[in-house]
Amino acid sequence: MAGALRILRAGFGATIQDGGRYGQRRYGVTPAGPMDWRAFRTANLALGNHAERAAAVEVSVGGIEVFCETTTPVGVAFCGGDFSWRRDGREVGSAARLILRPGEKLAASPGTRGVFAYFAVSGGFATPVALGSRATHTRSGIGGIDGRMLRDGDLLPLSASGWPFGEARIAAPWLNRDSAPLRVVLGPQDDYFSAAALNAFFGAEFRLTAGDRMAYRLDGPEIAHARGFNIVSDGVALGAVQIAGDKKPLILMADHPPTGGYPKLAHVVRADIGRLAQLRPGETCRFQPVSAEEARTALLACESEVAATARHLHPLQSAPHVGGRPP
Amino acid sequence: MYRETRFLPAGESALVVEFGERIDPALNDQVRALDRALAANPVAGVLETVPTYRSLTVHFDPRLLSSAALVERIQSLEVAAPSEERLPRQWLIPVCYEPPYAEDLSEVATAIGLSARRVAELHAGATYRVYMYGFAPGYVFLGGLPAELAISRRPTPRPSVPAGAMLIAGGQALIASTPMPTGWYNLGCTPAVIFDWKQNPPASIEIGDTVQFEPIDAAQFATLQQAAAQGRPVVRRKA
Repeated sequence: MAGALRILRAGFGATIQDGGRYGQRRYGVTPAGPMDWRAFRTANLALGNHAERAAAVEVSVGGIEVFCETTTPVGVAFCGGDFSWRRDGREVGSAARLILRPGEKLAASPGTRGVFAYFAVSGGFATPVALGSRATHTRSGIGGIDGRMLRDGDLLPLSASGWPFGEARIAAPWLNRDSAPLRVVLGPQDDYFSAAALNAFFGAEFRLTAGDRMAYRLDGPEIAHARGFNIVSDGVALGAVQIAGDKKPLILMADHPPTGGYPKLAHVVRADIGRLAQLRPGETCRFQPVSAEEARTALLACESEVAATARHLHPLQSAPHVGGRPP
Repeated sequence: MYRETRFLPAGESALVVEFGERIDPALNDQVRALDRALAANPVAGVLETVPTYRSLTVHFDPRLLSSAALVERIQSLEVAAPSEERLPRQWLIPVCYEPPYAEDLSEVATAIGLSARRVAELHAGATYRVYMYGFAPGYVFLGGLPAELAISRRPTPRPSVPAGAMLIAGGQALIASTPMPTGWYNLGCTPAVIFDWKQNPPASIEIGDTVQFEPIDAAQFATLQQAAAQGRPVVRRKA
């Protein structure tokens, strides 16, 4: 038994996620997985975990506080969304790898930007596997702990004990804020829109009005349909820009259903989906068309940056934390 | 491949192979044939396929495969004619059209000007084709709803339906296998477990199969629900 971490306080929206539940979309099962895969993988890679298979906690703007209920220290890492993290009340930055000792507390609260942070442990959390994945899909109640958001008092079992490294700050430039347009690949139903509608989509700024793990709703100029807004249901992929009857973009995120019946003008590329996920209501974005091949090149470049996480670890600047608990 | 097949990108990680824009058994047969051909001749980098009424969405790993290379592979596939495929199975599913399992039956009956009994008879008297799963885990989309039962969607969604609800709206029918709020109407419920995430695959009914409903009363519902809870089969294969 490798012990566990106790959740002292789970803010709204905290869930267990791994890389996602794949292979079951043909039965209507949503993949789920992290909203910002770059930050999720970075936290895992900082610990030497498998980038996608190790389950971590996705922390949302409600924040989180955990207590180390183990008998030996545990390697943990966190990053993403510009959150502020404290160990036993002391600031430890927004992205770091730490050795959490028995009895210590770690807490996160959101900063001025960003929506999702990831909290990983050495070896990953050992919550139950459902249909090949530990990812939580709360709408269908599958995965994580009883298919729901984390609650105060939950016990998160660990699959390994130990801490194979020293403490470090994670300096991941790929997680920095970037206001470049979000790249999209047109289709599959771009022919449901007029040239004027496409110009409106690419020419204007859009403001995020609401969002959850399933979809982000944007406000901006109307994107008029040329051929109506009902299609016979077809497949849906992550990042689909759906335009429903209200003529406003609804972008499908990690908890998207596998099929849908609204025309999809374009898909936000994987390389930029994490950036979109970290937008807060009221913040704005623009869109830029790219080819599928350009999107693929951008993704490969982004993935190789993230894969180099181990080269972006630097000794912690704060006072050394040696031997036992601080006073 | 088929003359009118369209290859449409869904980002850099998915490709939609579209056979048409209608709900049509012949189109759905083409979708199934390609799905089976891809399963029999795996392409490295293909992660999973999602059959729908009229298209097959192929999700792939762009690290291993490009959209253009995938199109070429699909175009060179030998797609078996539908007649060479395994025969679709026929399923008999028990459904209770009595209170408290038929929450919206009388509302539908009033709206379309038929008796509640007639609505249940029509729903249970049809043979349905399974076109796709979608929307939520285990939601089975069926074609073949009698034209008399055409009713448009609710203007605003109703509260969550129970697992096993028989829903209709927009001239379509589906089995709702997971509780979820919906804009459709609930005519009855099956005690059968259609989708179970503890099993892999999580459902036995496949696209292309046919489904018929057998009316049961509330007492039979209770008995069969107990049987289902003990893992005994409640859905039957037709001989």
